Amino acid sequence: MNPSADALERHFGSAIRRVTESCGDTIVYVELGRLREILAWLKDTPDQAYIYLVDVTAVEYREPERPLEVVYELFAFSRKVGLRVKAELPKDQPLEVDSMVPLWAGANWLEREVYDMFGITFRGHPDLRRILMWETYAEGYPLRKDFPLRGRFSRSEQVRQALNANPEAHYSLEELGIAESYQELPADMRGRLARGERGQIAEPKGGA
Amino acid sequence: MAEKRTLDVALGTTGVDERGLPVTVPLGFEVPDAGAVEEAPEVGGEHMLLNMGPQHPATHGVLRLVVELDGEVVIRVIPHVGYLHSGFEKLGEYRHYNQIVPLTDRMDYLAPMANNVCLAMAAEKLMGIAITERCKVLRVIACEISRIISHLVWLGTTGIDIGAITPFLWMFQEREKFYNLQEAWTGARLTTSLTRVGGLMADIPDGFEDGLRATCRSLLGVMAEVDRVLTRNGVWVGRTQGIGVLTAEEATNMSMSGAMLRASGVDYDVRKDRPYLDYETYDFEVPIGEHGDVYDRYLVRFEEVLQSVRILDQALDRLPDGPINVADHRVILPPKHAAMTDMESMIHHFKQVMEGVPAPVGEAYFSLESPKGELGYYFVSDGTAKPVRWRVRPPAFINLSALSKMAQGHLLSDLIAINASVDIVMGEVDR
Repeated sequence: MNPSADALERHFGSAIRRVTESCGDTIVYVELGRLREILAWLKDTPDQAYIYLVDVTAVEYREPERPLEVVYELFAFSRKVGLRVKAELPKDQPLEVDSMVPLWAGANWLEREVYDMFGITFRGHPDLRRILMWETYAEGYPLRKDFPLRGRFSRSEQVRQALNANPEAHYSLEELGIAESYQELPADMRGRLARGERGQIAEPKGGA
Repeated sequence: MAEKRTLDVALGTTGVDERGLPVTVPLGFEVPDAGAVEEAPEVGGEHMLLNMGPQHPATHGVLRLVVELDGEVVIRVIPHVGYLHSGFEKLGEYRHYNQIVPLTDRMDYLAPMANNVCLAMAAEKLMGIAITERCKVLRVIACEISRIISHLVWLGTTGIDIGAITPFLWMFQEREKFYNLQEAWTGARLTTSLTRVGGLMADIPDGFEDGLRATCRSLLGVMAEVDRVLTRNGVWVGRTQGIGVLTAEEATNMSMSGAMLRASGVDYDVRKDRPYLDYETYDFEVPIGEHGDVYDRYLVRFEEVLQSVRILDQALDRLPDGPINVADHRVILPPKHAAMTDMESMIHHFKQVMEGVPAPVGEAYFSLESPKGELGYYFVSDGTAKPVRWRVRPPAFINLSALSKMAQGHLLSDLIAINASVDIVMGEVDR
């Protein structure tokens, strides 16, 4: 068992929900609302010094009533130990968690991937866009258990959508707003850009 | 606005001045009268948006970069990934642990054997299986051959990106010899599927050890030649030094791993810091850079190839005899002849093929030092033969996320060198 688990329980008390061990790895379940505070403490406290964020991911179990989990895999260079911190997200509440980009810049793409694959929103993320799927992908979140292995839409529907995709599927709004091209954008696109909206792009209408 | 440079062009026909230097005249417009200063035409006020890829030879696969340029200076890079997304993690949730092995071939396809080993080790950690001594050494050999192959491709293609064609030919010639060995061992050049949970798909063939030793010797000769051609080459040094710098703090904070992290001076190698496969008993050095630029990444990877040869020598020296698979036939398929003649073996065979090998409830994260960096597989099991979650910690994906930061303020042509220095393989980035 990693001694950091005891230190966390002493320091944060009831915010540490439970500590378990599996295959030699120590896993600490923490309160969702205090996740960033706890990870910041683990990173900045000198005798913890988990300065390296190895991975960010999420887990959804096959039992539909079990909550989703966000998983932070940490490593301390100085002591050569790893720690896994988890927080549970009940499915009846909005899937939201604080972004760790202020602590680790490396969380940027990792959290984007979790958002892309599980639909978990990271509050305070500077650029929360889909990353592996395209930005106008409309089928949902592929790694959720209710997402069928073959996808939701037929091949012909996917082809139709791809052929009808508007430019926002290929460029992010920021890119479209760069320099001289901004004035040439359609008015509705400029409006969305000015309001900073994302992910509410209307489906293209009709056939090609 | 930054002050504009005047473009001076030497024209041979205008003669020389009293010092013997060619007289230069400003290109384009008349020299204005003194006093009546004409306003220079505004040319640098607008930024250009340049789309690079996804089909671009210097993006090493299907990476697309949208680049904002001020003249030739990169203001911002926005990478778009996902063109090769195959949903491997989702597919893994519908497969037995051994059936995931072929998926791992197709992720880092420049080092498939290292991926196979990582998958088997992660599943073995989850199931609590201890592998045999011979299997450990053979897996070390597989990992180090992968590292050499991957670094050879990296060195060759990076050379091409920066304008040196010759190393590419040498590197691919050497890589071919390792590929022949790999093919003799696994039957495939690319999709090796070498490992099984609890062992290996096959033992090494006759003559493999001598072949590997001879190939390593010839590799060292070629590496010495590349060293002579590149390491002190003025063009190479000029194109790579001081380009794409990441400090140690930045590299750590951005979760870099592998050569990207070590070139910045952070001493973190999974082989040393979380030893697996008895790496702590091998005698090898981990090269560490100082400046964190493209040149240091080249030096680090170059030295890693030489250290891999050292490890291979030691592994071949100590390679013990014995079985390559664990004796437990609930995990490893019994031999074919036993399955056909012996009732118990047949039951084991049937249960493994039809039901798979169940893993206990729990989860395991296992990582190893792949050629690209820290490759980690994270399994969550609910007690069935298929994982609830199979997560890949993709080193190339995370290393690529630093591209925007590294390229800012450099020239467009340096962006190519920086992108090459990340050593991406899009199969792994997009998964």
